[in-house]
Amino acid sequence: MNAKTADKIATALIVTIAAIIILILAGLLGYILIRGVGHISFDFLTSPPETIRAGGGIGPQLFNSLFLLVLTMIITIPLGLGAGIYMSEYAKPGRGTDFIRLVVEVLSSFPSIVVGLFGLLVIVNLFGFGFSLFSGALALTVFNLPLMVRITEQGLKSVPREQKEAGLALGLSKWKTIRSIMLPIAIPVILTGTILAAGRVFGEAAALLFTAGMSSPRLDFSDWNPLSPFSPLNPFRPAETLAVHIWKINSEGLAPDAPEIAAGASAVLIITVLLFNMIARWFGRYVHRKFTATK
Amino acid sequence: MQDIGLSAHKLSVHYGEKAAVKNVSLDFADRQVTALIGPSGCGKSTFLRSLNRMNDLIPGARVTGDIWIGGENINSPQTDVVLLRQKIGMVWQRPNPFHKSIYENIAFGPRYHGIRDKKKLDEIVEQSLRRAALWEETKDRLHNSALALSGGQQQRLCIARSIAVKPSIILMDEPASALDPVSTAKIEELIAELKQDYCIVIVTHNMYQAARISQKTAFFMLGEVEEYDDTDKIFTNPQKISTSDYITGRFG
Ligand SMILES: Nc1ncnc2c1ncn2[C@@H]1O[C@H](COP(=O)(O)OP(=O)(O)O)[C@@H](O)[C@H]1O
Ligand SMILES: [Mg+2]
Repeated sequence: MNAKTADKIATALIVTIAAIIILILAGLLGYILIRGVGHISFDFLTSPPETIRAGGGIGPQLFNSLFLLVLTMIITIPLGLGAGIYMSEYAKPGRGTDFIRLVVEVLSSFPSIVVGLFGLLVIVNLFGFGFSLFSGALALTVFNLPLMVRITEQGLKSVPREQKEAGLALGLSKWKTIRSIMLPIAIPVILTGTILAAGRVFGEAAALLFTAGMSSPRLDFSDWNPLSPFSPLNPFRPAETLAVHIWKINSEGLAPDAPEIAAGASAVLIITVLLFNMIARWFGRYVHRKFTATK
Repeated sequence: MQDIGLSAHKLSVHYGEKAAVKNVSLDFADRQVTALIGPSGCGKSTFLRSLNRMNDLIPGARVTGDIWIGGENINSPQTDVVLLRQKIGMVWQRPNPFHKSIYENIAFGPRYHGIRDKKKLDEIVEQSLRRAALWEETKDRLHNSALALSGGQQQRLCIARSIAVKPSIILMDEPASALDPVSTAKIEELIAELKQDYCIVIVTHNMYQAARISQKTAFFMLGEVEEYDDTDKIFTNPQKISTSDYITGRFG
């Protein structure tokens, strides 16, 4: 067999595999969307679910998912940025930092159900936060934080070394150089990564079953005082998220239209995660252009 | 005898076990351009970067020996490197303006060092750009991104940026090697101009450039200084075979 034929065969093989993967993905997406999109309406997105009657919505669940996302990010972003900056710029390379890096890798690859059980034992019971958004946010932080650290490190590593040196050569302190010269350049990478990480948080279910809980109190959407028990903004109330809701109605839904609701909710979930991805890409490109192009 | 701007004494640099600069002693006079020439990999950049402690950033790099600036050995753990680097400007091979506006590239350093007055900053920006022969080209677009400038303009901006914090020494590592001939000529002109106020040390792989712009030349080989003398002498009457081989292009 000559090199040309080998090349042709290899190319054909790779193209076929790629095509199969794309087909599977497209099929999966198409299936979920086609089954679910018809069920999505303004009413569906805003009204509360029904237990036994048909016609329930996913309003509170959608809100819970978004609110949980915000809470998680409020915890993760500062911690992850700080740790990432430390790891990339301050930590002396050696066994200590290698060990930290290993822990970070292991943490981020933990099965989420294990993180959920850990959350139940430690956050919910030991610390006594109960089934709450806050517990859920802490559990999500466990595997989102490593991601955030890595994203920050990557962002800073992507800054050309000469930029850092130029800052230092002007007599700027190290911190000033990081903050004012390096971070602005790293921000597109960091933000893109963060949005992708957010998409992952949004679709998470297993880690939340035992931390944020599987039910929500009857939310009173006219009460925005974070301290009152029925306020949507209360971080210490239990909260069923969209992904958890899908799991629940699929396994024990009593309403006659449970399959349609599950399908609709899945479609909403998928569309939102896709949106996160698209926004991340678009944003990355936008900022890249803004920083490097002529204007 | 001219003032000594900077003086290296028995300076060696190791990367791990490997010696990249061996026992180099050189005096750099104030208000004069000294060129460092030699085949690539002979330690010119490494030597230059130890003069403002930039090699501190490289894990495993070890600099031994003394570097004297105004009666102080700055290669000592006690030295405040942040303060030191303000006194030593640096220009890199590839222009590396900050991802900021032209104005901010210049104003950033002085502002950090305590100048808050807008008028004063404007003045510094104008002076520095004029000094770098860039004012006429940029005065109408000071607040545009510096990245929109051409390579040659960016390099002059980087020079302007470094002189804005009033250093007394400027280190340049092949500042024109990434530029076209016209931009190169402008940079050379600029260096000749700056010489009146600064102690300039410049690495170059371009023999003609060294001959044109420098008063002293040090020829490096394998981490050591083979020969150090007036530029005229190095190029017309070198004392060592290796020097004459190199400048006549027989190797390197
Ligand atoms: N960061 C580094 N780590 C290890 N070795 C290096 C590093 N930088 C340069 N060197 C080595 O040191 C020697 C001198 O390099 P350099 O100073 O860049 O030479 P020049 O600027 O004269 O071309 C070379 O052998 C190079 O491989
Ligand atoms: Mg070099």
